[in-house]
Amino acid sequence: MATNTQIPVADRRVPVIAPGYTFTTITEKVSNIVLKRPLSLGWIFGFLIVFGMLNMLAGVLGYLFLKGVGIWGINIPIGWGFAIINFVWWIGIGHAGTLISAILALLRQTWRNSINRFAEAMTLFAVMCAGTFPLAHMGRPWLFYWMFPYPNTMRYWPNFRSPLVWDVFAVSTYFTISLVFWFVGLIPDLATMRDRAENPFVRRIYALLAMGWRGSARHWHRYETAYLLLAGLATPLVLSVHTVVSFDFAVGIVPGWHTTIFPPYFVAGAIYSGFAMVLCLAIPIRVIYRLQDFITERHLEISAKVMLATGLIVAYGYGMEAFMGWYSGNQFDSFLLWNRFHGPYRFWYLALLACNILIPQVLWLKKFRVSTGWLWLISFIVLVGMWLERFIIIVVSLSRDFLTSSWGMYYPTKWDWMTFAGTFGLFLTGMWLFMRLLPSISIFELRTLLPEAHVHEAEEVKQ
Amino acid sequence: MSDFSTNGPVYGLMAEFDSAQELVAAAHKTHAEGYRKMDAYSPFPIEGLAEAIGFHKNRVSLVVLIGGLIGLITAYSLQYWVAVITYPTNIGGRPYHSWPSFIIVTFELTILFGGISSAVGMLALNGLPMPYHPVFNVAEFAKATENKFFLVVESSDPQYDAARTRSFLSSLAPRMVAEVPS
Repeated sequence: MATNTQIPVADRRVPVIAPGYTFTTITEKVSNIVLKRPLSLGWIFGFLIVFGMLNMLAGVLGYLFLKGVGIWGINIPIGWGFAIINFVWWIGIGHAGTLISAILALLRQTWRNSINRFAEAMTLFAVMCAGTFPLAHMGRPWLFYWMFPYPNTMRYWPNFRSPLVWDVFAVSTYFTISLVFWFVGLIPDLATMRDRAENPFVRRIYALLAMGWRGSARHWHRYETAYLLLAGLATPLVLSVHTVVSFDFAVGIVPGWHTTIFPPYFVAGAIYSGFAMVLCLAIPIRVIYRLQDFITERHLEISAKVMLATGLIVAYGYGMEAFMGWYSGNQFDSFLLWNRFHGPYRFWYLALLACNILIPQVLWLKKFRVSTGWLWLISFIVLVGMWLERFIIIVVSLSRDFLTSSWGMYYPTKWDWMTFAGTFGLFLTGMWLFMRLLPSISIFELRTLLPEAHVHEAEEVKQ
Repeated sequence: MSDFSTNGPVYGLMAEFDSAQELVAAAHKTHAEGYRKMDAYSPFPIEGLAEAIGFHKNRVSLVVLIGGLIGLITAYSLQYWVAVITYPTNIGGRPYHSWPSFIIVTFELTILFGGISSAVGMLALNGLPMPYHPVFNVAEFAKATENKFFLVVESSDPQYDAARTRSFLSSLAPRMVAEVPS
């Protein structure tokens, strides 16, 4: 074990976990957020706000069910409007959680261990927000089950050649697998909570959820296989979800939608906005709950780099769209390009270019990657930019298609805005409760980051 | 906990260790001594620990493979049956069996069934949920989910002998050896 004292050159960066921690102090630090930390006025005040927003969502959806989608700004030609913009945006946010938990697990990026839990929770709540919109957009949402194939008295079956049916399967599978993955990851930590909780009622609840986990070597062996396989299954899944979402557009013939670049460009955009949301949440959370030792500068810097890289892929996507508009020689495609820069929505298109391409370039400088204030601001700008991207793709293409006689403009109503704001209530209420009810960092995976967790370390160094 | 006064049936003997290294070494020695009905408990997965107690292969991957294949077959045959046999519709002049369109749902259900079977299969093979287990009777075991490492030799092992096994476990330099009431 003498090799432990020599730090390899590559590891002289900010560590992923601050030095000086032991199994006990890690466990205490994370579990005490739930078990010991008193309710602060700030938490209650914030909760009242986000819970109020959630109630606003319930209210506007109730009014929507009563009156129908006519209260929204949608019209013909723009039949999709906010509902689909927000659906695509929210589901993209979720992608970072799965990327962190599954893809980085397969790549053995152990730094992910301290951010995967809350990123997965973020995924779940984001997918819930996303799912709200197509349901609400249906017109008769109480008949949502017609989307699923089941024997019925209408003797009707879904059309499996339709991307909208693919979407139903992709999004419901995504939510289910994200939930399963998250819960499987939680089981050992729920056992820790069970063994540390002093309140008998709380203890009973964690005991029920932990299902009698006792950390047996045989159990861990199967657990690790199952977790690895889940990561292996979730990896192609997360890449497929936004691909299928992009098929909703790419299979259509509308100018600006009918392109083969959509799937990779959508997936990159999803990860881009998802990491922006991870940073927007992680930066305040690590300060409020004093988790700077576990969510270190290194995590923020790596996330910033991922954002920069995916942002460049998105920029390439914009470039290719413009290039194909010119190179195809198709008059509708070249008109779309002209329309984006000179049409009625030009201000929003230029704002999109600024938010998504221009401003994030400052992340090339280390100063901005390690400054939490700047990083938070840039992440927020990216979130706005990615929302504008969805807006431009949907509204600009639909507002001016092939026939000038069918052109129109889209103006969201207050109900559109309130529904969008309401989903933030759903998302943040979920995060608010999650932070205080479940261990927000994977305790057992943090333990494996400590050098004393590695029995074979000496041999590995030799190899 | 460490006296012989317990009268009821005994599940086994439990030794507590301070580190992962000690536990793996102790597990190796106990297995080499000929004990087979034993288990090790740790607050995080330890590489090589399952192998040390003689547990080399698990069947979770087989369960996932079967689950995934069931998902694949279910999805494709459902779509084929709907689109070709029971509800054929002409969509843009495509053939009824337009298989490229069926790949997405097939892919999604393969993942869905495979993923669920990996979680359910892991829990079922582990015998979870299991609300009661004798090891929880030892008060010190609460630390098994925090920072302590345990080795249990079960009384059902043919070599088990209360006194001899206890002295063997004590020779491994544990923090304590305790009887686990059944």
